[in-house]
Amino acid sequence: MAGYIVRRLLSAALVVVLTSMFVFALFFLGPANAARPLCDLNGRCNPEKLALLTEQLGLNDSVVNQYGIWAKGLVSDREIVFGPTFHCDAPCLGISYSTRGEVTTELFDRFPATISVAIGGGALYLVIGVVLGVVAAARRGTVVDRGLVAASLVIYSIPFYVVALVAWIFFSLEWGIFPDTTYHPISEGVGPWFWGLLLPWLVLGFTNSTTYARYTRGQMVETLGEDYIRTATAKGVRRSKVLFKHALRAAIVPVITLFGLDFAYLLTGTIFLEQIFQIDGIGRWAIEALRDPIDFPVVSATVLVGAIVIVVANLLVDIFYSFIDPRVRLA
Amino acid sequence: MSSPHVNEGFLSAGQQVFQPSAGEDPFLVVDELTVRFPTHDGLVQAVTDLSYSVERGKTLGIVGESGSGKSVSSMAVLGLHDPRSTRLSGSIRVGGREIVGADEDDLRRLRGKDVAMIFQDPLSALHPFYSIGDQIAEAYLLHNKVSKREAKARAVEMLDRVGIPQARNRVDDFPHQFSGGMRQRAMIAMALVNDPKLLIADEPTTALDVTVQAQILDLLQDLQREFNSAIIIITHDLGVIAEMADDVLVMYAGRAVETGPTKLLLTNPEMPYTWGLLSSVPDVTASTDARLIPIPGNPPSLLNPPSGCPFNPRCAHKDKVPGDLCTTTLPDLLPAQVGEDHRRRCHLPDPEVIYGTEVLPEIAPNLVEQHEQTREEETR
Repeated sequence: MAGYIVRRLLSAALVVVLTSMFVFALFFLGPANAARPLCDLNGRCNPEKLALLTEQLGLNDSVVNQYGIWAKGLVSDREIVFGPTFHCDAPCLGISYSTRGEVTTELFDRFPATISVAIGGGALYLVIGVVLGVVAAARRGTVVDRGLVAASLVIYSIPFYVVALVAWIFFSLEWGIFPDTTYHPISEGVGPWFWGLLLPWLVLGFTNSTTYARYTRGQMVETLGEDYIRTATAKGVRRSKVLFKHALRAAIVPVITLFGLDFAYLLTGTIFLEQIFQIDGIGRWAIEALRDPIDFPVVSATVLVGAIVIVVANLLVDIFYSFIDPRVRLA
Repeated sequence: MSSPHVNEGFLSAGQQVFQPSAGEDPFLVVDELTVRFPTHDGLVQAVTDLSYSVERGKTLGIVGESGSGKSVSSMAVLGLHDPRSTRLSGSIRVGGREIVGADEDDLRRLRGKDVAMIFQDPLSALHPFYSIGDQIAEAYLLHNKVSKREAKARAVEMLDRVGIPQARNRVDDFPHQFSGGMRQRAMIAMALVNDPKLLIADEPTTALDVTVQAQILDLLQDLQREFNSAIIIITHDLGVIAEMADDVLVMYAGRAVETGPTKLLLTNPEMPYTWGLLSSVPDVTASTDARLIPIPGNPPSLLNPPSGCPFNPRCAHKDKVPGDLCTTTLPDLLPAQVGEDHRRRCHLPDPEVIYGTEVLPEIAPNLVEQHEQTREEETR
């Protein structure tokens, strides 16, 4: 088991390193001069200014050198010069072109908001979706089942941002059920944190649970046809336990795979949700950074975070497998 | 196909397993059981008007092809059919309690306690994610007020009883870590953990190689002696029947077509389908030139069963029946010519003579004389 986790960690680390190289190459080897947006920031950009910034940013060095300097910044402090000199503490992901702040600091400022949204929303839609899916599978072919399937199709066909916008307009603005839908750090107290995020969570839970309900239902229908389910019933296990213990244990595995990836995407920031509910998370940050003039250090940081999060989520899913399915152990 | 126990030729064998206990009501009484499955294509007539009974300490063998209704009827005894997709009529009484139409809570208390089932393919019938020990302990916990630790100890004890070596060390293994024979033993341990009064074994040895088959059958017999359980053994292997069963029920197209005490039925079958089953079993003492005679044709559709006798399209002897009785009229399950408690569903006027003069010489000439003998004794 330990060996398995170590091996998986090593390969996960490799993926992250390769992604960082790819991101680096994408921006610094691209057709546009990476110094250009920085140059554009302060009004007119003339060739002399551009040449100076290009030199200061080290863009005339070989790419390998540049990547080496960037990578070294992850473990030790760095001085970054464009115009003035900026000190960047390790782990240094660069200095934002627009705010002139350290990217790492800003990342750590914003990440809790995104995590809060993701954990609450993810847990909500996973639980709702799985329970609905089990119920639908258990009552396969009945009105309950058909109703659930039909409703999930309808909800699934509505774009997510429409649901979020409508929820915000009615529940928050119009009826005032959730007057305050902004993010409060948990350090300001659990109450404000919880109530501020409740509506975004509910929107996520409402829209995404339908996918999980349908998926779980399909898996459950298949599992309920298995011989070992009949064995459990023949032993005298009560129906609810047959469903939620014997059947769900087997049916949940592919559902968790889906959830692992979905959750990783949630952690890279739900752009619409953060925009509509004014949550300063990773998603909103990425959108702002992509506006012209583009904020390269921020964009590359968000991509890197996304890669790490997805790799870690996959790793956790695989470890989860080995706990739930004894046949995977020591694989 | 056949187990090593048949090598003498089961036509002559058929041993008594347990002393008959007189005067006791049968533990299981199935009366005119009919099972129908409505489907998009029509009504599947899986079991029709099936009646049989089993006493404690006795073994009933149910034989028939796939789709003859043997498993479907046994699953009905445990109430395992989904009431929403099944139409059930008739009566099934287990220890005096009616199963047909019983509510789920009553059924649940019965399942695994009074009536337990051993399923055919133990790899798919055991949950892949739970250890063998947990699965056996769960069956015990469901019907006994004991701690988890006691249930686990009971699981070890049961594994030991069914002959799993080092049961204590193997109890936490998962099904995929067991061999086929051990999985079947574990399945049996799970079925027997609550000392059931009725054990239904659905093709318990089909997935196993012959040496393991023999061990499993011996095990079932030992355990029956000990607990005086009634056993229903479902199989298509007449060797298993000859070894295990006191009585036999031959099913075809969802109906009983011949029933009777094992020895009698195997030596004096009076229904051409039973002859077909006997003819298609290899006899290891016969010369390698001996032919196996398969039953021609395929099992009938249960959506549109043939009119008259369900076996008539495949029957080689129907021209011996006067008129078109075979294709128009379903024969009743009537007392056979030879033997008490022997019944068969066939229009043939003298099936025992046809068997002795036409069928037996083909499949086991050495037994013709013996057949004559028992026939005379039994008809006396």
